[in-house]
Amino acid sequence: MFKQANWNERLIFNLGRKGRRGHVSPKAEEKIKRIVGDVNMLIPMSMQRKSQPKLPELSEVEIVRHFTRLSQMNYGIDSGLYPLGSCTMKYNPKINELLANLPAINMVHPYQAEGTVQGILEILYKLERWLAEITGTYEVCLQPAAGAHGEFLGTSLMRAYHKLNGEIEKRREIIVPDSAHGTNPASAVMAGFNVVVVPSDEDGCVSIEALKTAVSERTAGLMLTNPNTLGIFEKNIEEIAKIVHEAGGLLYYDGANLNAILGKARPGDMGFDIVHMNIHKTFGTPHGGGGPGAGPVGVSEELAKFLPVPRIVFDGESYHLDYGRPHSVGKMRSFYGNVAVLLKAYAYILSLGFEGLKEVAEVSVLNANYLAKKLEKIKGLTLPYGGEKPRKHECVLSAKHLKSETDISALNVAKRLLDYGLHAPTIYFPAIVNEALMIEPTETFEKEELDRFVEAMRKICEEAYTNPEVVLKAPHNTAVSRLDEVKASHPRTMALSWRMHRKKNEQNL
Amino acid sequence: MLILTVNLLIKRSHPYIPNSLPEIKKEMMREIGTESIDELYADIPEKYRLKKPLKLPEALSEFEVKKQVEGLLSKNKTCSDMPVFLGAGCWPHYVPAVVKEIVQRSELLTSYTPYQSEISQGMLQTLFEYQSMICELTGMEVANCSLYDWSSALGEASRMAARLTRRNEILVPKIVHPERLATLQVYAEPAGIIIKQVAYNKETGQISLEDFRNKISDKTAAVYIENPSYLGFVETQVDEMSRAAHAHGALFIVGVDPTSLGILKPPGDYDADIVVGEAQPLGNAMNFGGPLLGIFACRDDLKVIRQMPGRIIGMTTTLDGNGQGFCMALQTREQHIRREKATSNVCTNEALCAVASAVYMALLGPEGLLELGDTIMYKANYAIHLLSKIDGVKAPVFKSTHFKEFTVNFDGARLSVKDVHEKLLERGIHGGKNLSKEFPELGKTALYCVTEIHSEEEIERLATALEEILAGGEKRHV
Repeated sequence: MFKQANWNERLIFNLGRKGRRGHVSPKAEEKIKRIVGDVNMLIPMSMQRKSQPKLPELSEVEIVRHFTRLSQMNYGIDSGLYPLGSCTMKYNPKINELLANLPAINMVHPYQAEGTVQGILEILYKLERWLAEITGTYEVCLQPAAGAHGEFLGTSLMRAYHKLNGEIEKRREIIVPDSAHGTNPASAVMAGFNVVVVPSDEDGCVSIEALKTAVSERTAGLMLTNPNTLGIFEKNIEEIAKIVHEAGGLLYYDGANLNAILGKARPGDMGFDIVHMNIHKTFGTPHGGGGPGAGPVGVSEELAKFLPVPRIVFDGESYHLDYGRPHSVGKMRSFYGNVAVLLKAYAYILSLGFEGLKEVAEVSVLNANYLAKKLEKIKGLTLPYGGEKPRKHECVLSAKHLKSETDISALNVAKRLLDYGLHAPTIYFPAIVNEALMIEPTETFEKEELDRFVEAMRKICEEAYTNPEVVLKAPHNTAVSRLDEVKASHPRTMALSWRMHRKKNEQNL
Repeated sequence: MLILTVNLLIKRSHPYIPNSLPEIKKEMMREIGTESIDELYADIPEKYRLKKPLKLPEALSEFEVKKQVEGLLSKNKTCSDMPVFLGAGCWPHYVPAVVKEIVQRSELLTSYTPYQSEISQGMLQTLFEYQSMICELTGMEVANCSLYDWSSALGEASRMAARLTRRNEILVPKIVHPERLATLQVYAEPAGIIIKQVAYNKETGQISLEDFRNKISDKTAAVYIENPSYLGFVETQVDEMSRAAHAHGALFIVGVDPTSLGILKPPGDYDADIVVGEAQPLGNAMNFGGPLLGIFACRDDLKVIRQMPGRIIGMTTTLDGNGQGFCMALQTREQHIRREKATSNVCTNEALCAVASAVYMALLGPEGLLELGDTIMYKANYAIHLLSKIDGVKAPVFKSTHFKEFTVNFDGARLSVKDVHEKLLERGIHGGKNLSKEFPELGKTALYCVTEIHSEEEIERLATALEEILAGGEKRHV
């Protein structure tokens, strides 16, 4: 059985010896020192650092070993199935890493003269065009650093649009379905809007009746994920778009689930005005334990003038950065975007082409439906919102019966899965499903690995009925056993840095 | 017949998609009782189903992809092709080999946000160590595990200050990066926050205390300063400003370039409430400006901590109390739990860049960071020394201490900043950032940056080139 490494690796501050060092930076040449004189004399006494920062002191060897050991106490997509729903944990091609680590991109400064950065500008320009083609939008902006950052740009665009129309004082509301990602309502608030929640109907789709009641002259827009977080396609999208547009609102597409419809259907064609994409989901760039990602935003022709500056333009001969956009919302961040990440997306699209991207979508959908069908047969699990409807990229199962019959919760199942060397699904989301297990296999995993997952789920549910103790006390095979997450957030025990930890220890002595 | 089938199979099975093999697809479809893939898409209304192929490139083999991307990238000129004297929010520094090696460890690289802490201890401990080292560097007690960049971190800080003080004004120096200011506006405006800029002393560049005192009031949510400033000099009136901010019940926010903190007084020592900044220079390549790494740190005050944006990793124990471990803390601040009441919408951040910075800070250690600061300051001031001797050049514009960036003014020359810049490029040198439009009051001025990667010889080449250009320029015009 799976057994994760556990090195009992101490905090880096408790390793090493005073005086050891891991790296020597270049020094100022002797002549420079002679001419400039003692550099410390240049800094006013009041601004000099009095005591050295308490950074660790280790040799290069010890540092490499420390972090190598830590990496072995971690689980990545290269380790095995990672079925986190709505997170699209797919394979991250190695060639893309190689390309993104070339000096020809690493060592380029963003303010270099345009003539010296034509290569990267061409890549970014073409990527914008390809993403616009894939999403059916008019223009794409690469600036946002993450999906939520793209959402914030999206809600800022709504703000700019209604402001220019003189309606921003009136249009204060953004509508989100109850099954939406948490970032949607949070992003609406970031741009100063209030949130109106519409419920899902018995099919797991936006309730058309509720939407009709929710829209008004106060509506700035609707944020929708399609396919939604249940993995179900919002089949009434045409009507939804009509209702929102007739009320004067804009339609926003949360691209977290774009993987299912790559090359099959396009948000722009369905009437969405603003679309964000998660490059680190759909376009195969690594999540890096939480980032960096990239969250480009595509818009309709009408909204293009509001996009952040600069825009990359091509005059037929060379590429330029255009800052002359009077209606632009401004800047979401410094410079142009997470370029090293975007470069990987460029290579990803090149490696797959149109046919390959379509294959990505089809196989991811096949895999999700395969898992849905197999898993719903397991005692204790159900597939809410109808087993007959096809799912798209993900499926959401409920462990409600398991919980009521055995007291084993979705959380327990998740923790026990880790013991099998499998990552857990997203749990307790969307909130409209009790004891939710939200599963997105992506196109990455072979049938054999999917079957291994189904088999592990079957065994765990069986254990729940026959030997619940082993599930309740899981995980057993990970680097550490079940952690006390409450303690980590409790004011009395909270230690958010080594410094704070030391302080707490002293207080408790 | 057999050969044809094999070829077809190979063609149809993409290396990234194991189940694209037709017979596997058939097998799986049979098991779930589906006739065709199209059936799985039957719920997408017919009119929205794509009828023709998208205009995308043909799929290439790995070799061809590599060749094409390398070919395009070869059109770029890099810091190794020519000395580049640019900074302004993204800086050329050396990234040690160890850093590159660790961030490519695939267990870290290909992992998701560590929701399942027991199987993600490696990432969690590394991020905890990053947070801890940022605290040591800045003199603060709590840091999150990253925001997108300095600019967006400032935007978040302004909103956090407004929430904490229930006030709606933030004072920002007139000398601030225009992109940072523009980003701050996008974050602040929807929250009803008004940005007021504070004038500077024409001689020294230091914030005008007179204007500052005129503008601070009981409406001020926060006072923001940068150290070193956008134009490279050290702000020295930090204690006065910090005291004044606190006397008015406002928060004191300080933006930092962490490479200066081996030698400059850390913001914690002058009672900063929030520290933001850019940790790209700590082990992250420039990459044409992204990804960057936003620093966000604050004091150990529960009221303040509860308003922080972003992921925070905390230390804890196993449930049985026997072992130590790490997990995400205070998640009830975050969007996935609190939705519209969250402190921020941030979700995906720059975690792997934080890993790089953790490794970098550990590699340098306290001594190495001090030396790095010294080296940068020596080299930058050597460049100032050489450039200021050139006829027609004033460097720097302000009489203050400069760390790694400094202003170079060409008012005494006939050429514009742009002309000088182009002539430098002809000589294989990339000059600083043109400030003529950003700060017209400074005349023909550029912002130059020198770090540990610039050699004595390169700095001298820059000086010699400028001397020649300006002499030549004058001759032509006389």
